[in-house]
Amino acid sequence: MVDPKTVLWGQTIAYTFYCLAIMAVVAWFAYKVTRKGNEKPFPKALFWTFFAFLVILGVSLHIVTHETIPWKAMDLKRHKIVADREFTIAVVGHEFKLPARPMIIKKGEVVRFTVTSDDLTYGFGLFRPDSSMLFQMQVLPGHKNDILWRFDRLGRYTLRSTEYSGWKGLRMTVPDAVEVVE
Amino acid sequence: MKFTETLLQGEQGLFKPDSLTPMQKMTLRFVVVGLVYYAFAIIEGMIMRVFEVVHLPFVTEKQFYAILTAHPLVGIFGSTYSIVFGAFLFLVPFLMKKPLWSLRLGHWTFGLVAGGTFVFWFAGFLSHYSPLYTLYWPLPADFSQFSVGGGIFFIAGIALVMAGAALFVINVFKTITYTPPGRDKQPAGALLGSALGLSGIRNLFRKEKKEHLVSLPVAAIARGSVDMALNTTVILFTGVLILVYMVGHVLGFDLKHSGIDALLYKNWFWWGLDLIADGLVLVFVAGAWYLLATLITGKKLFMENIARAALFVELVVSWTVWSHHLMSDQAQPGILKLVSGEMVTAFELITQGLAFAITLITLWNARPLKMTHPLKFLFGGLLGFALAVPAGIMQADLGLNRILHNTQWVVGPHVHVAILVGLTMTLYAAVYLLLPVLTNGAKLWSDKLANVHFWCHLLGGIGMGAFMGMAGLQGMLRRTLYFEGEFRPYMILAALSGALLLVAFLAFFLNIVMTVGLRGVIGIFLPAKLKTRDLLPGSK
Repeated sequence: MVDPKTVLWGQTIAYTFYCLAIMAVVAWFAYKVTRKGNEKPFPKALFWTFFAFLVILGVSLHIVTHETIPWKAMDLKRHKIVADREFTIAVVGHEFKLPARPMIIKKGEVVRFTVTSDDLTYGFGLFRPDSSMLFQMQVLPGHKNDILWRFDRLGRYTLRSTEYSGWKGLRMTVPDAVEVVE
Repeated sequence: MKFTETLLQGEQGLFKPDSLTPMQKMTLRFVVVGLVYYAFAIIEGMIMRVFEVVHLPFVTEKQFYAILTAHPLVGIFGSTYSIVFGAFLFLVPFLMKKPLWSLRLGHWTFGLVAGGTFVFWFAGFLSHYSPLYTLYWPLPADFSQFSVGGGIFFIAGIALVMAGAALFVINVFKTITYTPPGRDKQPAGALLGSALGLSGIRNLFRKEKKEHLVSLPVAAIARGSVDMALNTTVILFTGVLILVYMVGHVLGFDLKHSGIDALLYKNWFWWGLDLIADGLVLVFVAGAWYLLATLITGKKLFMENIARAALFVELVVSWTVWSHHLMSDQAQPGILKLVSGEMVTAFELITQGLAFAITLITLWNARPLKMTHPLKFLFGGLLGFALAVPAGIMQADLGLNRILHNTQWVVGPHVHVAILVGLTMTLYAAVYLLLPVLTNGAKLWSDKLANVHFWCHLLGGIGMGAFMGMAGLQGMLRRTLYFEGEFRPYMILAALSGALLLVAFLAFFLNIVMTVGLRGVIGIFLPAKLKTRDLLPGSK
């Protein structure tokens, strides 16, 4: 499965390019409006072309991500997918109750994490040693909160609550909570 | 004039508070209070910016989160609502060419918003009540972490602001539809239909199109006010719910939190809050852009009917996008995430994109224009939304949300660039444009300071959003304190950018004080000497 870091790099490049382009366009516009023009009104055809571009962009973005980001389709169909391994985690009183520590996963396995909360809204996120995020989900009390993930790379991951649950939850971090082995 | 003389009397002594009508005074009071609360937000914002670099010894972690809770509420309700209410309570009667329906209601709105903001800010300051503005159930009622007394006053303060907002909505719609004494009866139903866009829809099916009775900026204000009314209802209801638990706790009853479903609450809460963020903000801003473009150029708006239709579409879209806040909530139905969260949300690219293009083309068709301060800040506002809306569309994607939700990406390139660059620069454009009208000819003290204000605000706002976004892409979460110095280089750069925003505000603040003078600022709050319902002195 494509690494989320790769997806984020793609987003970084695309968004940076877009930002530089739009800043240049607005700056150019701001310069040109102070200059005398050729008195021809702005062609409506260009306006409608821009409108069509916005529609195509809005529609295509989500189709492209559906086809290129594997965890998106996997998440939508997760109730139909049988996981290779399952972990059930409870959260209460700002503490994660893990079935094992670390939770051992074999490289290539599709794993389901089912997390429940008995009191507040928390988050469930796995982070690499460099603090970058692998994935996250919200954990709502009174509901089953599950996520399916395929682990293709060896490594250890820290578990952190990704949602604010009051000052008592500021240190809801479990180092090396997950280990992916051969 | 010497500096101290100007500080007291204003630039060339031109600002005479005694010459102001009651309407002008009310509007200027809203603006002054709005700027005071902006100062609160920016100072507390800088405290947090520095805290993210190095934990300050005189600020506790609880205090940090109390500041984080109050910060967006002071910024939106205290500052933005004040400035917007002041501007619109002046502009609606101005554009409808009749007096405001009720000046008294306007004063009540002013008092409730200003007072309510101070109540919740002070409650948070003293008690460190800090469930954050998101109020995710059952955190607001978690009395093992938060003071119930502080919470009661906090929620009461929010309720006061909502009451002020409700009175504003009533005043706007009554002003649009009522007949002033001594005038021919106005067609209330038709005016309301035009303001809301119903007559525009009927026009689609008519061979002979009926003229719009209400100007486009007033239509924008009316439609945004629909979202404000709905949002006010949601927040008031939510506040009452939280208060029930608080009062119960005070009386010794331990009400079960599980009586309220956290997912249903979150859906209800975000439906309501998105009526601000994806509703009235976008509609009001688009209306402001159109008004600014037509006032700056003196020309008609390009493709006005399309602009009017887009405002209506945006209103309807705002009711249906809330699921983009629940993309990482696994119990949320997938169909809602796809339709509401992704597809309908993507419509905002179209509606805001159209507003952006229509405004720019209106300016283009009026070349050459002089690069005045209002025009400069209008470009800043346009750029802000051009940067922030695509950032929002990206995070409202199921695949990307999995790795972006609750990171600094959301609050950096999206929220702060939208609010600080997009929204605030649009408001500043209106302030600079309307200043001579509202003050009966006061002259801006320093153009150089206005330029410092512009560049520092633009670069600071974009810079802060960018560095927060970079940290978010590296995995830095929002609402989280780090204790090992992770992401510090990004936070240092974000803090420096925040400092630029502070410099911008100080430049603007000094410029305004020197323009109207300290006596002028005090004079704004004294009772008006002129007894008239007219907006401007001597006008009919």
